[in-house]
Amino acid sequence: MAIRVRERVEFSAYERSYLPEIARGLTVTVGHLVSNLAALIPLDPFRQRRTLEDRTVRYPEERRVYPPRYRGQHRLLPREDGSPRCVACYMCATACPAYCIHIIAAESTDPKIEKYPAAFEIDLLRCVFCGFCVEACPEDAIRMDTGVHTPPFDARDDAVLGRVDLMSLLGRPGTEPAYGAQNYREKKPRGS
Amino acid sequence: MFLLIATLLKFIFFGLVFAIGLAAVLTWMERRQSAYSQDRLGPTRAHFFKIGGKPFTLFGLLHIAADGASMFFKEPVTPKNADKFLFKIAPLIGWTTALVTLALIPFGPSLPSSVFPASWIPEGVETIYLQMAHVDSGILIVLAIGSLGVYGAAIGGWASNNRFALLGGLRATAQSVSYEVALGLTLVGILMAYGSTELGSIVESQNGLLFGFLPAWGLFIQPLGAVLFFIAATAETKRTPFDMPEGESEIIGYFLEYSSMQFGLFMLGEFLEIVVLGALFTTLFLGGWQFPHLIGTDSVSVFGLFTWNGPVAVAVSGTLVFCVKTFFVCSLQLQLRWTLPRFRYDQVMRLGWKTLLPLALINIFVTAGLIWWDPTLSILSYVSIGIILLFVLVVIAGPRRPPQVAHGH
Repeated sequence: MAIRVRERVEFSAYERSYLPEIARGLTVTVGHLVSNLAALIPLDPFRQRRTLEDRTVRYPEERRVYPPRYRGQHRLLPREDGSPRCVACYMCATACPAYCIHIIAAESTDPKIEKYPAAFEIDLLRCVFCGFCVEACPEDAIRMDTGVHTPPFDARDDAVLGRVDLMSLLGRPGTEPAYGAQNYREKKPRGS
Repeated sequence: MFLLIATLLKFIFFGLVFAIGLAAVLTWMERRQSAYSQDRLGPTRAHFFKIGGKPFTLFGLLHIAADGASMFFKEPVTPKNADKFLFKIAPLIGWTTALVTLALIPFGPSLPSSVFPASWIPEGVETIYLQMAHVDSGILIVLAIGSLGVYGAAIGGWASNNRFALLGGLRATAQSVSYEVALGLTLVGILMAYGSTELGSIVESQNGLLFGFLPAWGLFIQPLGAVLFFIAATAETKRTPFDMPEGESEIIGYFLEYSSMQFGLFMLGEFLEIVVLGALFTTLFLGGWQFPHLIGTDSVSVFGLFTWNGPVAVAVSGTLVFCVKTFFVCSLQLQLRWTLPRFRYDQVMRLGWKTLLPLALINIFVTAGLIWWDPTLSILSYVSIGIILLFVLVVIAGPRRPPQVAHGH
């Protein structure tokens, strides 16, 4: 990597005299102050300035809708019979850069399915919400389309979501992933 | 008896209602004004009840009450090894000096005693000054008392028995002593120009017009003095960019060990100092209660649309004008805080001793020369207006550095 020497900024005598620059700085901040105050005066029918009140999203009461591709909390998708689609292949856990997915595979009772996750845990304190697990999954069993961001925890254990928690979440309507969704089909059981 | 009651009323109006009230409002303005100059909303949450489903917040003003209640109901903790007595009285020292300074400031034109029933007035009293203490050496007392104000911070820091608090107190002392010099010297120009140390008569001398339209305020006769005074006064109030004694990010400050209302007193006392210095700046450089074109000698007229005659009219509107001017000076001081980054400690000292002090001395000599040349002050005002115009020109047309382009990536 090339070393780049950044030139030191030498201030001119004019800048070092400080006062004109302070005056200019004040014009910036006072300009914002005045324009925000002026927007409060309902005497401005032509320019229709938006007041700060209009421009502010008051978070806990008002929430901005997240964009469709927002990577929110993970969920595990079910099959039609309610069992997880996950086949415990460990591809998501392998792809995970934060090592936050822990899977314990078990043999499925369904003869057509090889394995299922006896435990599937995501440690949200470790998760970096990169979405690699979603891309790695060959079964489209994990998605991050809930639109929910991580809730606050008051205990470390609460941050570890198990299989039941992950399957209880629903996807937001209209947020089906653009990739993979069209190609995905409910797999026909082998041999039929 | 009458004079006593009058003084008490003046104190209640100017000291309690105006100064302390404005100091409380400034704690709100500090947040609200900074928010509006940074395109934020600022405090909007505190409320008791809702009207029409929306919380009644009174523009966030209820935050003042909320803060007061919050501080009042907390436990005042005194550190184990602190000097108990000094620890308790330290917050009050700043308050005392601030209020004593307020006593000397004329907040309105003086009333002739004929306004009141003759039986009320004691013998020989002809004018009622709207000023708690009419003292001939006004400005000297202001400077003397003002320099005592730092004892609050210094003693508070020392009595806490905490290294960082002590550092804060020491920094406050060093800074205050350094800027005290410049603060006093910048006023010499004003004293020479108006030939009085009594604040009331300094205000009186600032009547009339320059060039037929400009008010003959101290600002237009002593522009450099006004700017230097403002800088030194900001340093005296220990506010950003001169907030070395606080230094939130490094030493927390001389009030580190203070909690609950003891801290609240320090906090409000600092805002009170802002009000006092705003009032002082208004008195010395912004013509106090004077407002040409609006307030005459015995009548008030708003561009001929509305006139109100008599000394009471002048007194009431003069007081109002004074309060508004003080408010704007305080507001400017808050705005400066949200515009400028902090100085480093050595920069503060260098600015005080190597910049402000020589400039104040130059200001004295030039002013003295010009007054000696022309005692009617007209040459002084020509030169001063020239300086102001030059400064405005430099700000508008000065060289601008092209915006820095981010490298890499």
